[in-house]
Amino acid sequence: MPLKIAVCIKQVPDPEHFDRIAMDPQTGTIIRSGIPAVTNLPDRHALEEALRIREKYGGSVTVLTMGPPQARKCLEEALATGADRGMLLCDPSFAGADTLATARVLAAGIQTLKGCDIVLCGNESADGATGQLPAQLAFFLGMPHVTYARNIKWMDERKIIVERDTETGYLKVDLRLPAVIAVLRKINDYRLPTVMGIVEAAGKEILEHGCAVCEGAGLSWDEIGGKGSPTKVAGVFEPAHKRKVEMIDGEPQDIAKKLIRKLHEFDVL
Amino acid sequence: MNEIVIWAEQRDHRLLQVALEVLQKARDLSSFYKGRVSAILIGENCAHLAEELVEYGASRVFVVENPKLRLYQSEAYARIIARILEEVAPEIVLIGGTTIGMDLAPAVAARLRTGLTAHCVDLFVEKIGDRDQLVQVVPGWGGNMMIRIVCPEHRPQMVTIRPGVMEKGERKPGEKGEIVFLKPELREEDFQARAIEFVREQQGEKTLDDAEIIVSGGFGLYSAGGFGLVEELAAVLGGEFAGTRPAFDESWIPESRMIGQSGKTVRPKLFISIGASGAVHYTTGFQKSRVIVAIDKNPNAPIFSIADLGIVGDVKKIVPALIEELKRDRSL
Repeated sequence: MPLKIAVCIKQVPDPEHFDRIAMDPQTGTIIRSGIPAVTNLPDRHALEEALRIREKYGGSVTVLTMGPPQARKCLEEALATGADRGMLLCDPSFAGADTLATARVLAAGIQTLKGCDIVLCGNESADGATGQLPAQLAFFLGMPHVTYARNIKWMDERKIIVERDTETGYLKVDLRLPAVIAVLRKINDYRLPTVMGIVEAAGKEILEHGCAVCEGAGLSWDEIGGKGSPTKVAGVFEPAHKRKVEMIDGEPQDIAKKLIRKLHEFDVL
Repeated sequence: MNEIVIWAEQRDHRLLQVALEVLQKARDLSSFYKGRVSAILIGENCAHLAEELVEYGASRVFVVENPKLRLYQSEAYARIIARILEEVAPEIVLIGGTTIGMDLAPAVAARLRTGLTAHCVDLFVEKIGDRDQLVQVVPGWGGNMMIRIVCPEHRPQMVTIRPGVMEKGERKPGEKGEIVFLKPELREEDFQARAIEFVREQQGEKTLDDAEIIVSGGFGLYSAGGFGLVEELAAVLGGEFAGTRPAFDESWIPESRMIGQSGKTVRPKLFISIGASGAVHYTTGFQKSRVIVAIDKNPNAPIFSIADLGIVGDVKKIVPALIEELKRDRSL
């Protein structure tokens, strides 16, 4: 039986340029002008895992993202990499969402696919880095979930064993589908879009859903976007630097000697 | 109301350090509320840990013991904890941000339709308007900013805190508290994702948590031909090596040795950072170390603003000289 696979992806500012990100101290909003937007890396691994599952058992891969109109770009890239279809969840009312409100909207989008067998996500995004979304998405979909997945073993097309990382080893989880799985980067090496893929992607469909998708899922206005987000940004401030640095200079050998003397003075050697 | 609840994670019949760390934080916060601190303990044969929690300052411990809950079962744990929290209706819930806590906390928050803030580095209570709010401080991604987050209208206010970020309190043997045994019904549908086995790895490998000295490298090591210098310096010092996210991306270090907001938080007595400019998402992982030494080629690198001792120069010249001198120093 072919599998219906959904992959949630997110467009994030390129982590290579995180040092250029600033915050507007007045509004608490993020200033990211001039920083390129890329697909969150763990999400590429989620897409790769989806493509491998499709290659093995057949089926379709739909990539979804909630974001501004320009987030379409990461859907196009996913289509060129091999996904069958894209879905952009885009509406001004979705803006300002925390993980809870985002999970509701993504769940509403996935529900329109009617009968998804497996939902894959990256374990966390590079920007928020909370890793909270997958478990909350699973709850709103009424599905079980596994996060920190580093290996998925298919026993047959309804029964899988997921190996999920812990600090000291891994748990083997017997997972019944449908389910949500959040993957770590180490789960696979992802492929890149090919020229043929880019050509084919032009013929693939990107569905667009606005806030109507929420009405369809029975969500009310106060459950989405900033209004539906229990957490709020209350302020932004510069971290306090309590230390005063003492610089050590000279030739490498002098520096080494002075540093060792200092470390003895501090009693840390 | 006015109660603070923590989830006390145990593995193999032992409490994790982070459970005691969040417990102490809960006690600090509870002095403001003048309310009690309760802990939730789930596992198999773990009741003896309830006494330990009481001795570390929990005034009440909810114990859920069941052989089916020996390993972390995501659905069952989330449902049990959400149920207890609905009954207790606490102001605040603190959960240690381990790989398990980070799975559990959002599942519980979703069930309670309340807010959750990840990786808090500071927490305090402040009156905003006419209500006491828990101000949750998290490092702003990548920028040089810290962000304050509040959860103004929903209760409980939930946060996760990484291991090593807070300090555990003192144990007071003989301290008395209330221990409540609960026997929630477990249903088949709580085990759609069933943990069936734990496989231990990295046996014998030292972890960063207990290291007194840590030498950490960043992308600046690239020009020095990789990570060898960092490992060698750590070895000479009898410490452990670690690195930044870029060092992890270059596969120089395993994920368990990545320092920062998305990795480990450490507080050794000596932390030496080499070839890393010092973005906040990195420095937040070690800023509570007793002494911080920074070595980088860029004199304007932000790392120097959080260091005690700074050296500007070529890593490939300075680190070998330091290794040489340390060997001499050690042989005396």
